[in-house]
Amino acid sequence: MDRKGVAIMHKEEKKMENILTLSHISKTFGNHQVLSDLNFSVPEHTIFGFIGQNGAGKTTTMKMILGLLKPDEGEIFVCKEKVEYGQNRTNKYIGYLPDVPEFYGFMTSKEYLTLCGQITGMAKEQYKERILELLELVGLTDNKKQIQGFSRGMKQRLGIAQALLNRPKLLICDEPTSALDPLGRKEILDILSSIKKETTVIFSTHILSDVERICDKIACLHDGKIALQNTMQEMHFLYKDTEIEIEFDQLEDMELFQKSYPNGIQTGRLQLHYKKYTKEDMKAMLLFLGKNNITIQKIERLEPTLEELFMEVVKK
Amino acid sequence: MRGLLGFIKKEYMEIFRTGKLLFMVILFSLFGIMSPAIAKLTPWLMNIMSESLKETGIIITEVKVDAITSWTQFYKNIPIVFLVFFFLFSNILTMEYQKGTLISILTKGLERWKIILAKLILLCSLWTGLYWLCYGITYVYNAYFWDNGIISSVFFPAFCIYLFGIYLLSLLLLFSVIFSSNTMVIIGVFGSCFGIYLLMLLNRMIESLSFLEKYLPIYLFYASNLISNITEKKEYIYAIFATLVMIIFHSILTIFFFNKKVVN
Repeated sequence: MDRKGVAIMHKEEKKMENILTLSHISKTFGNHQVLSDLNFSVPEHTIFGFIGQNGAGKTTTMKMILGLLKPDEGEIFVCKEKVEYGQNRTNKYIGYLPDVPEFYGFMTSKEYLTLCGQITGMAKEQYKERILELLELVGLTDNKKQIQGFSRGMKQRLGIAQALLNRPKLLICDEPTSALDPLGRKEILDILSSIKKETTVIFSTHILSDVERICDKIACLHDGKIALQNTMQEMHFLYKDTEIEIEFDQLEDMELFQKSYPNGIQTGRLQLHYKKYTKEDMKAMLLFLGKNNITIQKIERLEPTLEELFMEVVKK
Repeated sequence: MRGLLGFIKKEYMEIFRTGKLLFMVILFSLFGIMSPAIAKLTPWLMNIMSESLKETGIIITEVKVDAITSWTQFYKNIPIVFLVFFFLFSNILTMEYQKGTLISILTKGLERWKIILAKLILLCSLWTGLYWLCYGITYVYNAYFWDNGIISSVFFPAFCIYLFGIYLLSLLLLFSVIFSSNTMVIIGVFGSCFGIYLLMLLNRMIESLSFLEKYLPIYLFYASNLISNITEKKEYIYAIFATLVMIIFHSILTIFFFNKKVVN
């Protein structure tokens, strides 16, 4: 795929209905401008990764979409309805999972979800059935404990259940995996991937592997603006350069290798590091090693982390 | 409507499961028993002390106690139980801000005024139940030991003090939406009470303003004077009316401020 291909992909995407549109959003806290002229939209049935450094304004943006904060300028539309600060009309389309969801500790998960069902105005039979379904999905069916005895991962899973209760068209998750152990993270990501058919997900994070695993589209927030917005396919295409690290067994082998690949930086006594090399380059290197009968300790392909990609984009 | 009822149910579940309700019922019952008990025990206590007091030259003649003694004790105790009630519920909203529990509720689409209404219903119904429980216990004991009939109006002064309690609770909610910290809420309510008290003193000092005193909610607090027939019922009518208006005004203001409040 070339750049033309990327343009075609963009066109196809436009055909899809946008579930969320932010136009010209600005927000200042005191003297600190958090967001300035922020514009982006999220098409239906995508998992949208929202990336940025701490304090970049991810949570602020999400809270504005939810009507919990008032933008200084600009408009936000959810399912073509305008978001009004302090009022909750558009929230009927949205499910929200805060980074550390807080519940009433004296309730059980079923009681809490029942309260949520009553608040969203669902019919009794409807939410009763849905609660059983969701408790099954998040694996809390047999849990009769009060929420105050829950682990962080359990709270996060209950958070997803409450967010999905009214079958929202848009699910907003604020760093849902950051505070969890690897197992807890996997569970949350699996749940998010499984609901893609039903709903659109916006999910803020700074963990690259999470984004790569489940996101279709990403946007990087920097200096109050979107610094980069692409689909994952485009990202892989545009930033296909990787780094390669080789650790040799013997010094003479390394010197021989260096003659053919002189751009490497020596990072250890027997270790070379190559920047901006593709997968194809790696194949050639392996062939060279084989042909010259060179044994190595290890060869590693280091993909750029999202932060690195992000920093690269920002520097541009 | 179902959302409001669900939220009210949650409020009751909270005070029930956290033990606040049980604690309050025990406390208000104890104070209800205490007023007649102290009155009943006074002659006996005086008798015991009379021997030692005699040595200091104080001679105690027969101490007469009746329902008035007990009701006077009741009105001395009520501010204490109210304070306990007030401190226990002073974080009714600030706790939710600090824990972030309201975020899920708001993002689920519950209108903000329903949250305020639910909290108001909880506070008022609880104060009503507990206050009249305390009153009822004292009333029954007083009727058993003595005769409530010697007091021209038993219920009316109790109602005035009860209404003053509701007034303070409406202030509690108002300050809970203006401030986010529990300490500020407490300072706000006490500050307002002190302000009204100063206003009352000022009214007493300046003759041309003295008619205003009867419109101040704090005037209701002096309704306990009715027990010993120092004042008359009709003196409190203006204060009752003004307090009701203030309670409604506070509640509207609370909803207005809460709609503008940043909750995150």
